[in-house]
Amino acid sequence: MIRGGGRRRLPRRLALAVACVGLAAGCDAFEPPPIESKVVQGGNPARGHAIVASGVHGCTACHALPGIRAPRGVVGPPLHGLARRGFIAGRLPNTPAVLVAFLANPPALVPETGMPDVGLTPEQARHVAAYLYTLERPPDAW
Amino acid sequence: MRGDTRRRLPWTFLLLAAAGCDGTQSALDPAGPAAASIHLLGLFMYGGAALVTLLVTALMLVPFLRRGEPRTVRTLFLWGGGVALPGLTLTALVPFTLGAGKEMRAETAPAHATVEVIGYQFWWEMSYQRPDGLSPASSANELRVPVGEPVELLLRTEDVIHSFWVPNLAGKTDMIPGRVNRMVIQADRPGLWRGQCAEYCGAQHALMAFDVIAVPRAEFDAWLAALARSVREPETPFLREGRDLYVALGCGACHAVRGLSEGRLGPDLTKVGARRTIGAGTLPGGVGNIAAWIASAQHLKPGNRMPSYDRLEGPQLRALAAWLESLR
Repeated sequence: MIRGGGRRRLPRRLALAVACVGLAAGCDAFEPPPIESKVVQGGNPARGHAIVASGVHGCTACHALPGIRAPRGVVGPPLHGLARRGFIAGRLPNTPAVLVAFLANPPALVPETGMPDVGLTPEQARHVAAYLYTLERPPDAW
Repeated sequence: MRGDTRRRLPWTFLLLAAAGCDGTQSALDPAGPAAASIHLLGLFMYGGAALVTLLVTALMLVPFLRRGEPRTVRTLFLWGGGVALPGLTLTALVPFTLGAGKEMRAETAPAHATVEVIGYQFWWEMSYQRPDGLSPASSANELRVPVGEPVELLLRTEDVIHSFWVPNLAGKTDMIPGRVNRMVIQADRPGLWRGQCAEYCGAQHALMAFDVIAVPRAEFDAWLAALARSVREPETPFLREGRDLYVALGCGACHAVRGLSEGRLGPDLTKVGARRTIGAGTLPGGVGNIAAWIASAQHLKPGNRMPSYDRLEGPQLRALAAWLESLR
Protein backbone atom coordinates (compact mmCIF):
# COMPACT_ATOMS: atom_id res chain seq x y z
CA MET A 1 0.00 0.00 0.00
CA ILE A 2 2.72 2.41 1.04
CA ARG A 3 4.97 1.33 -1.81
CA GLY A 4 2.12 1.77 -4.22
CA GLY A 5 1.54 5.33 -3.00
CA GLY A 6 5.26 6.08 -3.39
CA ARG A 7 5.20 4.90 -6.94
CA ARG A 8 2.30 7.16 -7.73
CA ARG A 9 3.95 10.18 -6.16
CA LEU A 10 7.23 9.74 -8.03
CA PRO A 11 6.24 11.41 -11.35
CA ARG A 12 4.82 14.33 -9.45
CA ARG A 13 8.06 14.79 -7.50
CA LEU A 14 10.00 14.52 -10.71
CA ALA A 15 7.85 17.20 -12.30
CA LEU A 16 8.37 19.43 -9.27
CA ALA A 17 12.12 18.92 -9.40
CA VAL A 18 12.19 19.69 -13.12
CA ALA A 19 10.17 22.85 -12.52
CA CYS A 20 12.55 23.95 -9.75
CA VAL A 21 15.58 23.37 -11.91
CA GLY A 22 13.90 25.27 -14.70
CA LEU A 23 13.17 28.19 -12.39
CA ALA A 24 16.70 28.23 -11.01
CA ALA A 25 18.10 28.21 -14.53
CA GLY A 26 16.08 31.35 -15.21
CA CYS A 27 17.98 33.10 -12.43
CA ASP A 28 21.30 33.08 -14.28
CA ALA A 29 22.28 36.19 -16.13
CA PHE A 30 22.10 35.77 -19.85
CA GLU A 31 25.43 34.31 -20.94
CA PRO A 32 25.87 34.32 -24.68
CA PRO A 33 27.59 31.23 -26.03
CA PRO A 34 31.22 31.67 -27.13
CA ILE A 35 31.59 32.59 -30.73
CA GLU A 36 33.01 29.66 -32.62
CA SER A 37 34.12 31.62 -35.66
CA LYS A 38 36.54 33.81 -33.70
CA VAL A 39 39.22 31.19 -33.15
CA VAL A 40 42.84 32.25 -33.30
CA GLN A 41 45.07 29.55 -34.73
CA GLY A 42 47.93 28.83 -32.33
CA GLY A 43 46.57 31.22 -29.71
CA ASN A 44 46.34 30.26 -26.05
CA PRO A 45 43.88 32.43 -24.06
CA ALA A 46 45.54 31.59 -20.73
CA ARG A 47 48.93 32.76 -21.97
CA GLY A 48 47.29 35.80 -23.52
CA HIS A 49 45.74 36.65 -20.18
CA ALA A 50 49.12 36.35 -18.48
CA ILE A 51 50.69 38.71 -21.03
CA VAL A 52 47.94 41.29 -20.58
CA ALA A 53 47.70 40.99 -16.78
CA SER A 54 51.47 41.43 -16.33
CA GLY A 55 50.95 45.09 -17.19
CA VAL A 56 54.36 45.46 -18.84
CA HIS A 57 52.87 46.11 -22.28
CA GLY A 58 50.47 48.68 -20.90
CA CYS A 59 47.25 47.08 -22.23
CA THR A 60 45.31 47.61 -19.02
CA ALA A 61 46.51 51.20 -18.56
CA CYS A 62 44.38 52.15 -21.60
CA HIS A 63 41.70 49.44 -21.75
CA ALA A 64 39.29 48.17 -19.10
CA LEU A 65 39.09 44.37 -19.15
CA PRO A 66 36.77 42.05 -17.24
CA GLY A 67 38.58 40.25 -14.43
CA ILE A 68 41.43 42.76 -14.21
CA ARG A 69 40.66 45.24 -11.44
CA ALA A 70 43.38 47.82 -11.90
CA PRO A 71 44.17 50.15 -13.53
CA ARG A 72 41.01 49.94 -15.72
CA GLY A 73 42.26 52.36 -18.34
CA VAL A 74 40.00 54.88 -20.01
CA VAL A 75 42.14 55.95 -22.97
CA GLY A 76 40.90 53.23 -25.33
CA PRO A 77 37.61 51.31 -25.38
CA PRO A 78 36.82 48.55 -22.88
CA LEU A 79 37.42 45.20 -24.55
CA HIS A 80 34.63 42.94 -23.34
CA GLY A 81 32.50 41.52 -26.10
CA LEU A 82 35.26 42.19 -28.62
CA ALA A 83 34.36 39.04 -30.52
CA ARG A 84 30.95 40.57 -31.33
CA ARG A 85 32.20 43.94 -32.50
CA GLY A 86 32.13 44.84 -36.15
CA PHE A 87 35.42 46.66 -36.40
CA ILE A 88 38.87 46.83 -34.89
CA ALA A 89 39.91 50.43 -34.18
CA GLY A 90 36.70 51.49 -35.96
CA ARG A 91 38.19 50.65 -39.35
CA LEU A 92 39.42 47.11 -39.82
CA PRO A 93 37.28 43.99 -40.24
CA ASN A 94 37.19 42.07 -36.98
CA THR A 95 38.70 38.76 -38.02
CA PRO A 96 41.27 36.76 -36.05
CA ALA A 97 44.07 37.29 -38.57
CA VAL A 98 43.49 41.06 -38.68
CA LEU A 99 43.32 41.33 -34.90
CA VAL A 100 46.61 39.46 -34.53
CA ALA A 101 48.29 41.72 -37.08
CA PHE A 102 46.83 44.84 -35.43
CA LEU A 103 48.05 43.82 -31.97
CA ALA A 104 51.53 43.13 -33.28
CA ASN A 105 51.80 46.60 -34.85
CA PRO A 106 48.73 48.86 -34.65
CA PRO A 107 50.08 51.92 -36.49
CA ALA A 108 51.10 49.77 -39.46
CA LEU A 109 47.43 48.96 -40.09
CA VAL A 110 45.79 52.15 -38.80
CA PRO A 111 48.22 55.08 -39.09
CA GLU A 112 45.86 57.44 -37.24
CA THR A 113 45.61 55.24 -34.16
CA GLY A 114 46.84 56.38 -30.79
CA MET A 115 47.70 52.80 -29.86
CA PRO A 116 51.46 52.34 -29.97
CA ASP A 117 53.34 49.27 -31.06
CA VAL A 118 53.91 47.87 -27.57
CA GLY A 119 56.37 45.26 -28.76
CA LEU A 120 54.26 42.11 -28.84
CA THR A 121 55.87 39.33 -30.87
CA PRO A 122 53.60 37.66 -33.47
CA GLU A 123 53.29 34.69 -31.11
CA GLN A 124 52.34 36.90 -28.14
CA ALA A 125 49.87 38.75 -30.37
CA ARG A 126 48.18 35.42 -31.21
CA HIS A 127 47.82 34.56 -27.51
CA VAL A 128 46.49 38.01 -26.65
CA ALA A 129 43.99 37.90 -29.54
CA ALA A 130 42.78 34.47 -28.41
CA TYR A 131 42.33 35.84 -24.89
CA LEU A 132 40.50 38.99 -26.04
CA TYR A 133 38.01 36.91 -28.03
CA THR A 134 37.01 35.07 -24.83
CA LEU A 135 35.94 38.25 -23.03
CA GLU A 136 32.20 38.51 -22.68
CA ARG A 137 30.91 40.11 -19.50
CA PRO A 138 31.60 43.81 -18.79
CA PRO A 139 34.44 44.75 -16.42
CA ASP A 140 33.38 44.54 -12.76
CA ALA A 141 32.33 47.69 -10.98
CA TRP A 142 34.73 48.87 -8.27
CA MET B 1 55.11 5.39 3.48
CA ARG B 2 52.33 7.21 5.34
CA GLY B 3 54.67 7.92 8.24
CA ASP B 4 57.16 9.38 5.76
CA THR B 5 54.57 11.76 4.36
CA ARG B 6 53.49 12.78 7.82
CA ARG B 7 57.06 13.43 8.88
CA ARG B 8 57.73 15.43 5.75
CA LEU B 9 54.59 17.56 6.08
CA PRO B 10 55.79 20.03 8.77
CA TRP B 11 58.99 20.63 6.81
CA THR B 12 57.00 21.32 3.69
CA PHE B 13 54.93 23.88 5.57
CA LEU B 14 58.02 25.44 7.10
CA LEU B 15 59.67 25.74 3.70
CA LEU B 16 56.52 27.25 2.23
CA ALA B 17 56.33 29.75 5.08
CA ALA B 18 60.00 30.63 4.65
CA ALA B 19 59.50 31.07 0.90
CA GLY B 20 57.00 33.82 1.72
CA CYS B 21 59.75 35.75 3.51
CA ASP B 22 61.98 36.65 0.60
CA GLY B 23 61.01 39.24 -1.89
CA THR B 24 61.89 42.62 -3.21
CA GLN B 25 60.08 44.34 -0.37
CA SER B 26 60.57 42.29 2.78
CA ALA B 27 62.24 43.08 6.08
CA LEU B 28 62.64 39.31 6.50
CA ASP B 29 65.10 39.12 3.61
CA PRO B 30 67.80 41.63 4.61
CA ALA B 31 70.35 42.66 1.99
CA GLY B 32 72.37 45.15 4.03
CA PRO B 33 73.90 45.50 7.50
CA ALA B 34 71.23 47.84 8.90
CA ALA B 35 68.37 45.59 7.79
CA ALA B 36 70.31 42.53 9.05
CA SER B 37 70.66 43.90 12.58
CA ILE B 38 67.00 44.89 12.66
CA HIS B 39 66.09 41.44 11.36
CA LEU B 40 68.18 39.82 14.11
CA LEU B 41 66.32 41.82 16.75
CA GLY B 42 63.12 40.76 15.03
CA LEU B 43 64.06 37.08 15.26
CA PHE B 44 64.68 37.40 19.02
CA MET B 45 61.37 39.18 19.41
CA TYR B 46 59.44 36.54 17.42
CA GLY B 47 61.13 33.76 19.42
CA GLY B 48 60.55 35.54 22.72
CA ALA B 49 56.94 36.29 21.91
CA ALA B 50 56.38 32.63 20.98
CA LEU B 51 57.91 31.49 24.29
CA VAL B 52 55.80 33.95 26.30
CA THR B 53 52.66 32.82 24.46
CA LEU B 54 53.46 29.17 25.23
CA LEU B 55 54.19 29.96 28.89
CA VAL B 56 51.00 31.95 29.41
CA THR B 57 48.93 29.30 27.65
CA ALA B 58 50.47 26.61 29.85
CA LEU B 59 49.79 28.64 33.01
CA MET B 60 46.22 29.20 31.92
CA LEU B 61 45.75 25.45 31.70
CA VAL B 62 47.04 24.83 35.25
CA PRO B 63 43.76 25.59 37.12
CA PHE B 64 41.89 23.25 34.77
CA LEU B 65 44.27 20.39 35.36
CA ARG B 66 44.57 20.58 39.16
CA ARG B 67 42.24 21.33 42.03
CA GLY B 68 42.90 23.93 44.71
CA GLU B 69 45.24 26.90 44.55
CA PRO B 70 48.28 27.04 46.86
CA ARG B 71 48.79 30.63 48.03
CA THR B 72 52.58 30.59 47.71
CA VAL B 73 52.31 29.83 44.02
CA ARG B 74 49.94 32.77 43.60
CA THR B 75 52.43 35.20 45.16
CA LEU B 76 55.20 33.79 43.03
CA PHE B 77 53.11 34.27 39.89
CA LEU B 78 52.17 37.83 40.78
CA TRP B 79 55.63 39.07 41.68
CA GLY B 80 57.67 36.73 39.56
CA GLY B 81 55.58 36.56 36.41
CA GLY B 82 53.97 39.98 36.69
CA VAL B 83 56.88 42.16 37.74
CA ALA B 84 60.27 40.45 37.76
CA LEU B 85 60.06 38.56 34.45
CA PRO B 86 58.74 41.43 32.28
CA GLY B 87 61.13 43.83 34.03
CA LEU B 88 64.11 41.63 33.25
CA THR B 89 63.18 40.90 29.64
CA LEU B 90 62.30 44.49 28.79
CA THR B 91 65.50 45.79 30.43
CA ALA B 92 67.54 43.28 28.45
CA LEU B 93 65.80 44.36 25.23
CA VAL B 94 66.52 48.08 25.65
CA PRO B 95 70.25 48.04 24.74
CA PHE B 96 69.52 45.49 22.02
CA THR B 97 66.88 47.79 20.54
CA LEU B 98 69.09 50.87 20.79
CA GLY B 99 71.86 49.01 18.97
CA ALA B 100 69.68 47.65 16.17
CA GLY B 101 69.96 49.61 12.96
CA LYS B 102 72.89 51.69 14.21
CA GLU B 103 74.43 51.10 10.77
CA MET B 104 71.86 53.62 9.53
CA ARG B 105 73.82 56.28 11.41
CA ALA B 106 77.28 55.14 10.34
CA GLU B 107 80.00 57.53 9.29
CA THR B 108 80.67 57.91 5.58
CA ALA B 109 83.71 59.18 3.75
CA PRO B 110 83.62 61.86 1.04
CA ALA B 111 84.46 59.13 -1.50
CA HIS B 112 81.15 57.43 -0.78
CA ALA B 113 78.06 58.36 -2.73
CA THR B 114 75.75 60.99 -1.27
CA VAL B 115 72.22 61.28 -2.57
CA GLU B 116 69.70 63.88 -1.63
CA VAL B 117 66.25 62.27 -1.57
CA ILE B 118 63.45 64.81 -1.76
CA GLY B 119 59.88 63.76 -1.14
CA TYR B 120 57.12 65.54 -2.99
CA GLN B 121 53.50 64.72 -2.71
CA PHE B 122 53.10 62.05 -5.45
CA TRP B 123 56.78 61.35 -6.26
CA TRP B 124 60.44 61.17 -5.16
CA GLU B 125 63.42 63.06 -6.44
CA MET B 126 66.89 61.52 -6.15
CA SER B 127 69.62 64.07 -6.58
CA TYR B 128 73.12 62.58 -6.77
CA GLN B 129 76.01 64.71 -5.56
CA ARG B 130 78.97 64.52 -7.89
CA PRO B 131 82.65 64.86 -7.08
CA ASP B 132 84.93 67.73 -8.10
CA GLY B 133 82.35 70.44 -7.65
CA LEU B 134 80.16 69.24 -10.52
CA SER B 135 76.51 70.11 -10.24
CA PRO B 136 74.30 67.29 -8.91
CA ALA B 137 72.38 65.06 -11.34
CA SER B 138 68.74 64.26 -10.74
CA SER B 139 66.58 61.27 -11.33
CA ALA B 140 63.19 60.28 -9.97
CA ASN B 141 61.52 57.36 -8.25
CA GLU B 142 64.62 55.23 -8.54
CA LEU B 143 67.66 55.11 -6.31
CA ARG B 144 70.80 53.61 -7.75
CA VAL B 145 73.60 52.71 -5.33
CA PRO B 146 77.02 51.10 -5.61
CA VAL B 147 77.20 47.63 -4.04
CA GLY B 148 79.03 47.01 -0.80
CA GLU B 149 79.62 50.55 0.37
CA PRO B 150 77.68 52.89 2.62
CA VAL B 151 75.60 55.48 0.79
CA GLU B 152 74.65 58.65 2.57
CA LEU B 153 71.08 59.78 2.05
CA LEU B 154 69.97 63.29 2.94
CA LEU B 155 66.22 63.05 3.31
CA ARG B 156 63.95 66.06 3.11
CA THR B 157 60.55 66.97 1.80
CA GLU B 158 59.20 69.83 -0.24
CA ASP B 159 55.62 69.67 0.95
CA VAL B 160 54.02 67.02 3.19
CA ILE B 161 55.52 64.42 5.51
CA HIS B 162 56.82 61.17 4.04
CA SER B 163 58.87 58.28 5.32
CA PHE B 164 61.63 56.64 3.34
CA TRP B 165 61.55 52.87 3.71
CA VAL B 166 63.40 50.12 1.89
CA PRO B 167 62.67 47.10 4.13
CA ASN B 168 65.42 44.94 2.60
CA LEU B 169 68.09 47.55 3.30
CA ALA B 170 67.19 49.60 6.38
CA GLY B 171 64.52 50.85 8.72
CA LYS B 172 62.25 53.81 8.13
CA THR B 173 63.36 57.41 8.32
CA ASP B 174 60.81 60.19 8.32
CA MET B 175 60.99 63.11 5.94
CA ILE B 176 59.81 66.19 7.77
CA PRO B 177 59.23 69.67 6.31
CA GLY B 178 62.04 72.02 7.30
CA ARG B 179 64.45 69.27 8.34
CA VAL B 180 67.16 67.23 6.68
CA ASN B 181 67.40 63.72 8.10
CA ARG B 182 70.57 61.81 7.43
CA MET B 183 70.53 58.07 6.89
CA VAL B 184 73.05 55.57 5.60
CA ILE B 185 72.08 52.52 3.59
CA GLN B 186 74.24 49.78 2.19
CA ALA B 187 73.45 46.94 -0.17
CA ASP B 188 75.69 43.92 0.28
CA ARG B 189 74.76 42.29 -3.00
CA PRO B 190 73.67 43.55 -6.41
CA GLY B 191 69.93 43.52 -6.77
CA LEU B 192 66.67 45.35 -7.05
CA TRP B 193 64.44 46.19 -4.12
CA ARG B 194 61.25 48.12 -3.73
CA GLY B 195 60.90 51.01 -1.36
CA GLN B 196 57.73 52.68 -0.27
CA CYS B 197 56.51 55.75 1.53
CA ALA B 198 55.75 54.66 5.09
CA GLU B 199 54.08 57.79 6.40
CA TYR B 200 50.64 58.73 5.15
CA CYS B 201 51.22 61.53 2.66
CA GLY B 202 47.82 62.11 1.12
CA ALA B 203 45.46 60.65 -1.46
CA GLN B 204 48.12 58.72 -3.37
CA HIS B 205 50.18 57.40 -0.46
CA ALA B 206 49.60 53.87 -1.76
CA LEU B 207 51.12 54.81 -5.13
CA MET B 208 54.28 56.30 -3.68
CA ALA B 209 56.92 53.67 -4.34
CA PHE B 210 60.40 53.60 -5.79
CA ASP B 211 63.07 51.13 -6.83
CA VAL B 212 66.49 50.71 -5.30
CA ILE B 213 69.01 49.19 -7.69
CA ALA B 214 72.43 48.14 -6.43
CA VAL B 215 75.11 47.80 -9.10
CA PRO B 216 78.93 47.46 -9.03
CA ARG B 217 80.82 50.72 -8.45
CA ALA B 218 82.12 51.03 -12.03
CA GLU B 219 78.63 50.60 -13.43
CA PHE B 220 77.31 53.16 -10.96
CA ASP B 221 79.94 55.72 -11.96
CA ALA B 222 79.21 55.23 -15.65
CA TRP B 223 75.48 55.50 -15.04
CA LEU B 224 75.87 58.69 -13.02
CA ALA B 225 78.05 60.27 -15.69
CA ALA B 226 75.44 59.38 -18.31
CA LEU B 227 72.65 60.79 -16.12
CA ALA B 228 74.37 64.16 -16.09
CA ARG B 229 74.76 64.31 -19.88
CA SER B 230 72.31 66.04 -22.20
CA VAL B 231 69.96 63.82 -24.16
CA ARG B 232 70.93 62.90 -27.68
CA GLU B 233 69.36 64.27 -30.86
CA PRO B 234 66.41 62.01 -31.85
CA GLU B 235 67.38 59.48 -34.48
CA THR B 236 64.20 59.22 -36.56
CA PRO B 237 61.69 61.81 -37.82
CA PHE B 238 59.03 60.15 -35.66
CA LEU B 239 61.11 60.56 -32.49
CA ARG B 240 61.96 64.11 -33.54
CA GLU B 241 58.24 64.82 -33.77
CA GLY B 242 57.90 63.49 -30.23
CA ARG B 243 60.69 65.73 -28.98
CA ASP B 244 59.16 68.75 -30.73
CA LEU B 245 55.79 67.97 -29.15
CA TYR B 246 57.43 67.80 -25.73
CA VAL B 247 58.68 71.33 -26.29
CA ALA B 248 55.52 72.66 -27.98
CA LEU B 249 53.12 71.28 -25.37
CA GLY B 250 55.07 72.89 -22.57
CA CYS B 251 56.00 69.64 -20.81
CA GLY B 252 59.30 71.30 -19.96
CA ALA B 253 57.55 73.79 -17.68
CA CYS B 254 57.25 71.00 -15.11
CA HIS B 255 59.76 68.39 -16.23
CA ALA B 256 63.49 68.50 -16.75
CA VAL B 257 65.17 66.77 -19.68
CA ARG B 258 68.87 67.54 -19.64
CA GLY B 259 69.73 69.81 -22.58
CA LEU B 260 66.10 70.63 -23.31
CA SER B 261 64.16 71.86 -20.30
CA GLU B 262 64.67 72.55 -16.63
CA GLY B 263 61.22 72.30 -15.03
CA ARG B 264 61.33 71.26 -11.39
CA LEU B 265 57.68 70.66 -10.52
CA GLY B 266 57.58 67.08 -11.78
CA PRO B 267 60.04 64.19 -12.10
CA ASP B 268 63.22 64.57 -14.12
CA LEU B 269 62.66 62.70 -17.41
CA THR B 270 66.25 62.58 -18.71
CA LYS B 271 66.30 58.79 -18.37
CA VAL B 272 62.63 58.01 -18.03
CA GLY B 273 62.82 55.28 -20.69
CA ALA B 274 65.26 53.31 -18.54
CA ARG B 275 63.12 53.39 -15.44
CA ARG B 276 61.32 50.25 -14.39
CA THR B 277 58.17 52.07 -13.38
CA ILE B 278 56.42 55.36 -14.04
CA GLY B 279 54.26 57.48 -11.75
CA ALA B 280 56.26 56.46 -8.63
CA GLY B 281 55.53 52.77 -8.99
CA THR B 282 52.04 53.24 -10.43
CA LEU B 283 52.70 51.40 -13.70
CA PRO B 284 55.55 49.45 -15.26
CA GLY B 285 57.58 51.42 -17.81
CA GLY B 286 57.38 50.91 -21.57
CA VAL B 287 55.88 52.87 -24.40
CA GLY B 288 52.32 51.60 -23.83
CA ASN B 289 52.22 52.63 -20.20
CA ILE B 290 53.95 55.96 -20.90
CA ALA B 291 51.33 56.76 -23.56
CA ALA B 292 48.54 55.79 -21.17
CA TRP B 293 50.05 57.97 -18.46
CA ILE B 294 50.30 61.01 -20.75
CA ALA B 295 46.71 60.59 -21.92
CA SER B 296 45.13 59.75 -18.56
CA ALA B 297 47.44 60.63 -15.67
CA GLN B 298 44.47 61.86 -13.66
CA HIS B 299 42.62 58.60 -14.09
CA LEU B 300 45.61 56.42 -13.28
CA LYS B 301 46.70 58.42 -10.21
CA PRO B 302 43.89 60.80 -9.33
CA GLY B 303 44.92 64.08 -7.77
CA ASN B 304 48.55 64.06 -8.89
CA ARG B 305 49.85 67.29 -10.40
CA MET B 306 50.01 66.09 -14.00
CA PRO B 307 46.98 66.84 -16.17
CA SER B 308 45.64 64.18 -18.55
CA TYR B 309 46.78 65.20 -22.03
CA ASP B 310 43.68 63.79 -23.68
CA ARG B 311 43.53 66.21 -26.61
CA LEU B 312 46.38 64.85 -28.67
CA GLU B 313 45.92 63.12 -31.99
CA GLY B 314 46.75 59.44 -31.99
CA PRO B 315 50.07 59.73 -33.83
CA GLN B 316 51.10 62.68 -31.64
CA LEU B 317 50.56 60.62 -28.50
CA ARG B 318 52.54 57.75 -29.99
CA ALA B 319 55.39 60.03 -31.06
CA LEU B 320 55.64 61.70 -27.66
CA ALA B 321 55.53 58.38 -25.81
CA ALA B 322 58.06 56.82 -28.18
CA TRP B 323 60.49 59.72 -27.72
CA LEU B 324 60.20 59.60 -23.92
CA GLU B 325 60.71 55.84 -24.02
CA SER B 326 63.84 56.37 -26.10
CA LEU B 327 65.42 58.47 -23.31
CA ARG B 328 67.65 55.84 -21.75
